Amino acid sequence: MTMTGERLFEGADWDFRTLQRVHDACEQIAKSELGLDVYPNQIEVITSEQMLDAYSSVGMPLFYKHWSFGKHFAFQEASYRKGYMGLAYEIVINSSPCISYLMEENTATMQTLVIAHAAFGHNHFFKNNYLFRQWTDADGILDYLEFAKGYIAHCEDRYGRHAVELTLDAAHALMSHGIDRYPGKKKLDLRTEEKRAGDRRAHEESAFNDLWRTVPAGPAKTRAALTAERRRTLLGLPQENILYFLEKTAPRLQPWQREVLRIVRHIAQYFYPQSQTKVMNEGTATHVHYRILNRLHQQGRISDGNFLEFLQSHTNVVFQPDFDDPRFSGFNPYALGFAMMQDIERIVTEPEDEDREWFPDIAGKGDVMGVLRDVWANYRDESFIGQFLSPRLMRRLRLFHLHDDPAETAGIRVDAIHDERGYRRVRRELARQYDVGFIDPNIEVIDVDLEGDRRLMLRHTVVKGSQLVETDTRRVLQHLADLWSYDVVLTEVDTTDKVLKEYVVSPRILPAVA
Amino acid sequence: MHIVDRRLNPGGKSLENRQRFLRRAKALVQGAVKKTSQDRDIKDVLEGGEVTIPLDGMDEPRFRREGGTRDMVLPGNKKFVEGDILQRPNQGGGRGTGPGEGDSEDAFRFVLSRDEFVNLFLDDLELPDLAKRKLAEAESEGLHRAGYTTSGSPANISVSRTVKLALARRVALRRPRPAQIAELEAEAAEADEPRRSELLAQIRALKAKAKRIPFIDPIDIRYRRFETVPKPVAQAVMFCLMDVSGSMSEHMKDLAKRFYMLLYVFLKRRYRHVEIVFIRHTDRAEEVDEDTFFHGPASGGTLVSSALQAMHEIVRTRFRPADWNIYAAQASDGDNMTSDSLLTGRLLTEQILPVTQFFAYLEVGEAANYTFDMPDSSLWTLYERLRSEGAPLAMRKVSERSEIFPVFQDLFKRRGKQERATP
Repeated sequence: MTMTGERLFEGADWDFRTLQRVHDACEQIAKSELGLDVYPNQIEVITSEQMLDAYSSVGMPLFYKHWSFGKHFAFQEASYRKGYMGLAYEIVINSSPCISYLMEENTATMQTLVIAHAAFGHNHFFKNNYLFRQWTDADGILDYLEFAKGYIAHCEDRYGRHAVELTLDAAHALMSHGIDRYPGKKKLDLRTEEKRAGDRRAHEESAFNDLWRTVPAGPAKTRAALTAERRRTLLGLPQENILYFLEKTAPRLQPWQREVLRIVRHIAQYFYPQSQTKVMNEGTATHVHYRILNRLHQQGRISDGNFLEFLQSHTNVVFQPDFDDPRFSGFNPYALGFAMMQDIERIVTEPEDEDREWFPDIAGKGDVMGVLRDVWANYRDESFIGQFLSPRLMRRLRLFHLHDDPAETAGIRVDAIHDERGYRRVRRELARQYDVGFIDPNIEVIDVDLEGDRRLMLRHTVVKGSQLVETDTRRVLQHLADLWSYDVVLTEVDTTDKVLKEYVVSPRILPAVA
Repeated sequence: MHIVDRRLNPGGKSLENRQRFLRRAKALVQGAVKKTSQDRDIKDVLEGGEVTIPLDGMDEPRFRREGGTRDMVLPGNKKFVEGDILQRPNQGGGRGTGPGEGDSEDAFRFVLSRDEFVNLFLDDLELPDLAKRKLAEAESEGLHRAGYTTSGSPANISVSRTVKLALARRVALRRPRPAQIAELEAEAAEADEPRRSELLAQIRALKAKAKRIPFIDPIDIRYRRFETVPKPVAQAVMFCLMDVSGSMSEHMKDLAKRFYMLLYVFLKRRYRHVEIVFIRHTDRAEEVDEDTFFHGPASGGTLVSSALQAMHEIVRTRFRPADWNIYAAQASDGDNMTSDSLLTGRLLTEQILPVTQFFAYLEVGEAANYTFDMPDSSLWTLYERLRSEGAPLAMRKVSERSEIFPVFQDLFKRRGKQERATP
């Protein structure tokens, strides 16, 4: 045991100097021993009420105003007050500088845990994981949110709160279908985005001339020239980013409405990587805090008592109840992520024959942090589990795969368990549970009837017989039709192109949209 | 690394979102508030608290799927082997939703603050539009500072402003300062002859100039100016009259108390300052404190006129109708000596009603609800007659605790211009 430092703190009390010392000690370990690469940190101490505020605005420090956030706030406040729900110890924001919110109620040990977890673990993941690098712009997000907030407030002043609310309601309903899933376009740069939005508005205002409206359009193109194939290509169809499609092509939207859709779309895109990397993100942060705290204890910088307090919190965080436990509510991403990170560490340092066979690339390689950093940078949950879930861990967690086919009257079949025959199948199925392609329904805009009644046609490709819930679908389609201003048709087809169900929704007469 | 202490930031960042939500759900929340308040103890009506509203119109729909073939991987296998067939769990015992997923439930519960609760509860109520409405808006005059003026009473001289102006004037006119003169005098005392007389002449000129330019001139003087502004009468007095003769049971008193408290909450919201006067009566009336009013023992006959007389006295001595909005609520089981009717009627129409904003009569009955089968009580008959002759009275019968809220709502419901609170 090496004794290199003074105690960082004694007991449970802390002040700002303590936080600074803790941060510096963590940083030293994180940079020199773990080789982490992080954004500069900004630590903010907040009260529980402010934590609730942050919860209801999706964790962001500033956000535009909308009633749904008030609804979430009211709900969360009620459950918090009644003790149904505890509050998180921290919230961390993928921005540069990386902002971590710490609750003032935390003890000194908890603050250390949280700083190691958020300010180094999550921070490193945000800065290095390929999804975040590809899809989010940490430098620009806070400025962009500021712009979004201001823009929406400006629209409310100008076009009325009700009209803006209707547009936002509709946009929020389609938020999960406002994401580009495949890269190809250039990286999102929110600062430029904000500037372009300003330019667009300025141009519209300078170029606006009401007289032009009365000028008749030029001679129409011959209809035959526009074949269906060409029309679809021109419109960029099929398109799964519904918000993008509406923003670009909805015939009767006002310019400000397009901008609002764009804002919602950008924010959805910003959060997209988070939903794909829950297990990895939490696993990384938990692994990092575990290593840093252990090291601090080894160095004698936190006392045995405080270390025990840490171990207790840590154990609670990574607790995974069994499927038949009343507390079970799916996999705990902290538990699964942490277990896999620990398992990789074991494979790299003390592999067994089985590991050498399954993971020839990393088994016995020796450089734990090198391997982990590479994993953190280049995988998401689906590929991470598909690649690195080891048979040994499957045995430890006693994983099994159930196949529930409603057509099967006998019951639910146990398809595979943690044995030689089942490892690969269990692992494949678990990875699939984290595949975004399966989590969100696959809905695309397939065509627009430009020559007829301008109806918008969408298709939901049904996978494994799981269809849309009717009431919700009608409501979402209503919002969609209101934005599109003409009829909207959604057909649900199975993989053999058989039509299972068809929805037709007409727009409501909305003074704001007309 | 920066550490920022956000704890001192102004709270209530979510307040606006919350208000937007409440505004959107207003009708629903209001319904829920009324429903909740019916089962509530009156003391708690001020307390805010939890309400549950249906999610209708407040939902945030998303495309969701259900059904179909499901595959899942679970931890904690204890005895299954590949190929086992498990019985399906009973339908309906499906997976519970996490605490955060309020969206998936069909009802939504949350906590309202005290102010929000009272506001919603009283939102569609207003004070009845009675003949004396003018008096309700009667304005007394108040004084209000309004800058400065060049004329006024010496008591209102603004010293600082006057001195400031005088200084400005002296500087502008270059009035010689005493220090300057003293300096020249000192120099003159030392100087040689030709220079000295030159200096003395200069000193004389300066002194003369100082004399011509006064230190404070009448044109410098400024007075504080006051404007009279109309000030709405922001105070109200509420008279609680109650029969405490032997025929009033605890239950009846409880009903009366509930009504008084609601009235108090309502007036409190409208007026800055509300006083309450408790007058209890048997065959004679006395002003008492609240505790005695509701709990003190008393017995005797019933003379309603005594209470009205007492109220009239108190109004005359303590609450000038020009300064006070006067409200009265009388609770009784309806008994009154027949011989008292004439006096009661006269007091009410001649003395009480002309000065009160609102006079409500609440006839309380036993829970067994037989009041409606019985012939109208003597007091009810009397008031009914007065009302039909045009006296602005509001009267209701109540026998159950749960009726208090509806009756109150009904009495103060926002109405059209012509309509009045009628039984």
